[in-house]
Amino acid sequence: MNLHEYQAKDLLRAAGLPMQPGEVASSAAEAEAIARRAGGPVVVKAQVHAGGRGKAGGVKLAATPADARAAAGAILGMSIKGLTVERVLVADATEIAEEAYVGIIMDRASKAPVVMVSAAGGMEIETVAATTPERVRRLAVDPRYGLLPYEAADLAWFLYPDAARARAATEILRRLYDAFVACGASLVELNPLVTRPDRTLVAVDAKMVIDENALARHPEIAALRDEQAEDPSETAARRANLTFVKLDGTVGCVVNGAGLAMATMDLVKFYGGEPANFLDIGGSSNPEKVVQALQIITADPRVRVILFNIFGGITRTDDVANGIVQALAAHPLTVPLVIRLTGTNDVEAVAILAAHGLSAMTEMDAAVRKAVALATTPVAA
Amino acid sequence: MSIFIDESTRVVVQGITGRDGAFHTRQMVEYGTHVVAGVTPGKGGQRFDAAPGVAIPIHNTVEAAVAGTHANTAVIYVPPMFAADAIMEAAGAGIALIICITEGVPVFDMTRAVRHVSEHGARLIGPNCPGLISPGRSKVGIIPGRICSPGPIGLVSRSGTLTYEVVDQLTRAGLGQTSCVGIGGDPINGTSFTDCLLAFEADRDTEAIVMIGEIGGTDEQDAAMLVGRDVTKPVIGFIAGRTAPPGRRMGHAGAIISGAGGAAADKVAALRDAGVPVADRPVDVVDLVRARLPQPSGRRAS
Repeated sequence: MNLHEYQAKDLLRAAGLPMQPGEVASSAAEAEAIARRAGGPVVVKAQVHAGGRGKAGGVKLAATPADARAAAGAILGMSIKGLTVERVLVADATEIAEEAYVGIIMDRASKAPVVMVSAAGGMEIETVAATTPERVRRLAVDPRYGLLPYEAADLAWFLYPDAARARAATEILRRLYDAFVACGASLVELNPLVTRPDRTLVAVDAKMVIDENALARHPEIAALRDEQAEDPSETAARRANLTFVKLDGTVGCVVNGAGLAMATMDLVKFYGGEPANFLDIGGSSNPEKVVQALQIITADPRVRVILFNIFGGITRTDDVANGIVQALAAHPLTVPLVIRLTGTNDVEAVAILAAHGLSAMTEMDAAVRKAVALATTPVAA
Repeated sequence: MSIFIDESTRVVVQGITGRDGAFHTRQMVEYGTHVVAGVTPGKGGQRFDAAPGVAIPIHNTVEAAVAGTHANTAVIYVPPMFAADAIMEAAGAGIALIICITEGVPVFDMTRAVRHVSEHGARLIGPNCPGLISPGRSKVGIIPGRICSPGPIGLVSRSGTLTYEVVDQLTRAGLGQTSCVGIGGDPINGTSFTDCLLAFEADRDTEAIVMIGEIGGTDEQDAAMLVGRDVTKPVIGFIAGRTAPPGRRMGHAGAIISGAGGAAADKVAALRDAGVPVADRPVDVVDLVRARLPQPSGRRAS
């Protein structure tokens, strides 16, 4: 789960890290009031889950409260990479002498959190690593010990030649690692970590991604999810405990299992169609889940056909069939339905469907071809 | 022969009285797996009725379950917040093979568990996996036994139901399996594609290997580097997620294209460069396997 900059900064500030002061506003008047309290120049920053906010015009410097009001007025409601800006962060403007990068990611290859630092701050770390790898230092942390003081110091001396900043950075790295673990994060970045003209350090931007699997341990962080920033269908799916990703195509897919769901989407594309979504109804088949899945998919007016692909291993296909029948009784479909099911209790499933005038196919390949044909034919065949 | 599990596999089920643990314990016993003990803290001393005449003793700890039963394999069905601890408990009790079925384990928990497991010299499969089966010998986990049959194909996959889809097609085509291993869809897990390829290479009866990968990470590329060098048996690939948008998690926690190499196209290219044919459709796997088997197994088996 992605956090907004202001949310990440609040969490990290509470963890004792030096963060640029600022407050969040959802109107131009609020932004002006915050700037007045700040008493100096501020930066007004769009809070959306997208990179490149600056280039898109979503970050503006404001010298006075009136300027802050105007800047917020211009940024609020603006669209950045398809996302509408609902909030701005009004932060104290920081004088910048130098910029560094400090980040921690959960690394698959080393099976550990990896701390990365670079004196080339303010840029994407991937770019720095690709063009000037000697300017990036990486350290895989043994998660049982945590980031040891000498390891943090080693990274800090790589960033700064002077003892004052190296000591401050050591403390920042240790606190950042502790916050990474305490929040169940999979990524945290301070970029840039700024050196002010007086040689003190402050983080001017922050990014945090939380491991979805860890959210159950952190209800206060789970509550930070910005549902306005996601497609309403994805919010509805998450509440129904369905794993759903909205796409742009016309073939709605209902599948059990993530790998099979991806393979189904791929096969739709292979036969010339476009999947409307990724949807995994999971292993324990509950008819109610099927009902909710159908409601979510049919809410998308672009969907021209719905394809069920169910391989009953643990999932009982008769449960899925019951779910389909219940869903259709409550909400008759206006688009054709192609059902492929095979495996556990498929004889019962076919009988249930047949009693309601529905038929099922047994081969995935044939079912996908049929669904694509229906989605690409001008009028229902 | 087979890899990782066979008739000598003696299983302790962690979470045997939970909904999933109870259901799949009965399925394993029905398949013929030697389930010798169960663990549910607080229910030690009770018995779990797995089948008529089969009452499995329940213990409070894995250590107690191992004592006297010679359990050498653990399968874990405990809730996600406790799964990493269950893995470490099994390794600490001397279990050599640990299979974690649980989905949704916090990734940081796994960074500790994998180190603990490897320091105890144990093997972990999963988490977030369907387990494994050596058809006709043993099954540990949740792979439906009836879609498998004994034969010369080794199969390894990051997925559950997609594995079933491919195994089912292989079986119906007369291509049985030595072992089918689901390594799981999480970003940090125990056994890798590389581990499984090497194990199948060493297994006398495996004649060809099917590898089913998906987007995220570079485990498939690591495995591809072995092919033709440390792995001389034919390998056939399939990669799911060619249509997945970057940056979105596609169900599995590990199925997200982020950073270099995670896209399906990168994996397909790496496999093809290594001489591994990659099926465009699941249904094509059967033909690719048949074309590379030393001799059609249908003839050999019957």
